[in-house]
Amino acid sequence: MSEKVILAGLGGQGMMLLGRLIAQAVMLEGKNVTFFPSYGTEVRGGTAYYHLTVAEEEIFSPVIEEADALIMMNLPSYLKFKDFLKPDSMLFLNSSMIDKIDNEMNIDVFRIPATKIANSIGNVVASNMVMLGAYNEVKNLVSIPVFLSCLKNVLKGRKEPFYEVNKLAIEKGAEFVRNINGVKQRLY
Amino acid sequence: MTLTEKNKKYLLTGNEACAEAAIQAGCRFYYGYPITPQNEILTHMTIRMPQVGGTSIQVESELAAINMVYGSAAAGARAMTSSSSPGISLKQEGISYLAGSELPCVIINIQRGGPGLGDISPSQADYFQAVKGGGHGDYHTIVLAPSSVQEMADLVFDAFDLADCYRNPVMILGDAQLGQMMEPVVFNKKYKPVLSKKDWALTGADGRKRNIVKSFYSVKGELEEFNAKLQKKYRQIQAEEVRYEETNTEDADIVLVAYGTCARICKEFLNKNQSLSVKVGLIRPITLWPFPSDIIQKVSERVQAILTVEMSAGQMVEDVRLSVSGRCPVHFYGRTGGGMPTPKEILKKISEIVSVKEKVTCTT
Repeated sequence: MSEKVILAGLGGQGMMLLGRLIAQAVMLEGKNVTFFPSYGTEVRGGTAYYHLTVAEEEIFSPVIEEADALIMMNLPSYLKFKDFLKPDSMLFLNSSMIDKIDNEMNIDVFRIPATKIANSIGNVVASNMVMLGAYNEVKNLVSIPVFLSCLKNVLKGRKEPFYEVNKLAIEKGAEFVRNINGVKQRLY
Repeated sequence: MTLTEKNKKYLLTGNEACAEAAIQAGCRFYYGYPITPQNEILTHMTIRMPQVGGTSIQVESELAAINMVYGSAAAGARAMTSSSSPGISLKQEGISYLAGSELPCVIINIQRGGPGLGDISPSQADYFQAVKGGGHGDYHTIVLAPSSVQEMADLVFDAFDLADCYRNPVMILGDAQLGQMMEPVVFNKKYKPVLSKKDWALTGADGRKRNIVKSFYSVKGELEEFNAKLQKKYRQIQAEEVRYEETNTEDADIVLVAYGTCARICKEFLNKNQSLSVKVGLIRPITLWPFPSDIIQKVSERVQAILTVEMSAGQMVEDVRLSVSGRCPVHFYGRTGGGMPTPKEILKKISEIVSVKEKVTCTT
């Protein structure tokens, strides 16, 4: 088993935190993982992106050439990474911020209004967790209880009150995907 | 952040891993000047050194950093500095002095694109500088090339031991990819710093003859004698410290030679292309100096060709050619300025060298 995911979004949409927490959680479950964040001269409003590879076996190249899944939070991210899709890749879109996509061949597209859902439960910042809930409902990459324990760890102290809304966001994302008929779209 | 629990997996960047390994290897003096993509080393040292009673200083320049390393090493301590390509260039004078004074220390170079200020993306274009001396005079640093975050930690332990053992600077030659990416790391369970007796160190001459640490020889003949001693030491290192990893070389038609991040990409290529009509293997040098010439020579006698893959315009390939000495063709594929070779590009290059067919497996 191996899963190559690219996560990307606007700086501040929480892709770094999400990627790092997934990496930590799958590591605790005994899997191999390589997490490569973009670094350096990023600009405000620019695209922050992360390469995440999870595998039972040894991970060779840390660089992703073709992704099994893209988690894209806004339009510039999608435009930057759409060429990493291959046949049978899965594309998870924050449809609150991405309205139009190319007619990609042979990929599954999941349109999740993550920003809208996060807003409806009271914290727009939790849109990253909505995306995780949706992604993981389909891919089952990470154990949610383990993930939540990692999340609890980083939310120690002052940020503790945010734990519940993040947890709820994951549930909402998963729930949305379960009822997705008509929103998931297979493009041929 | 304490990372001292043995046998526990930590998710760390390569930079954090090598900084923590240095501390666990008994390094108590670190001097650094910020430069991307290695800043996490300085940050980690700033947090951790006070916890273990060590000293970490963000100094005013690279020159200060390397010369403070000289001072700490002369006093017998385990000392380290780190930087990225442009900063390592600034340190070359000091590294030559350290080698000339036979002082043990560890220098980490998280390479970025060059020449000049270049950019901050991964590169392997400092190979020449690292393995051929870099500064003035006839000297070598021992150069270790990790290819995973775990190795970023493991090789730092070895680096301090090698430095002390041979009284020689040791360089860890990483790149931005290795420095920035996160992978699980387990720290060496049993490592106890064997702080060798440094009877040459400047520890106060009370009750003993004074020690002198210097790289200056004014009496005619003395310097030549010293150089002969250095060369003898280098020959011993070449005889005893060569390290490499071989993958599928036994019956290979073509052997790739690559180190660090490029070796990982080559392994991905091997893994993806197991059913090619030509058999491809890989030699991954772990010590870049001393260079694993013997194994490359041996392999060159039985393969059709060797392909060196680097993130440079062709540097290590020169050492490969010297090792091969015309026994088989040596080809090169490289990317520069932040570009990284891909398995697809390696396949294309191999197809240019020999005719490659996908083996057709019959399905019944």
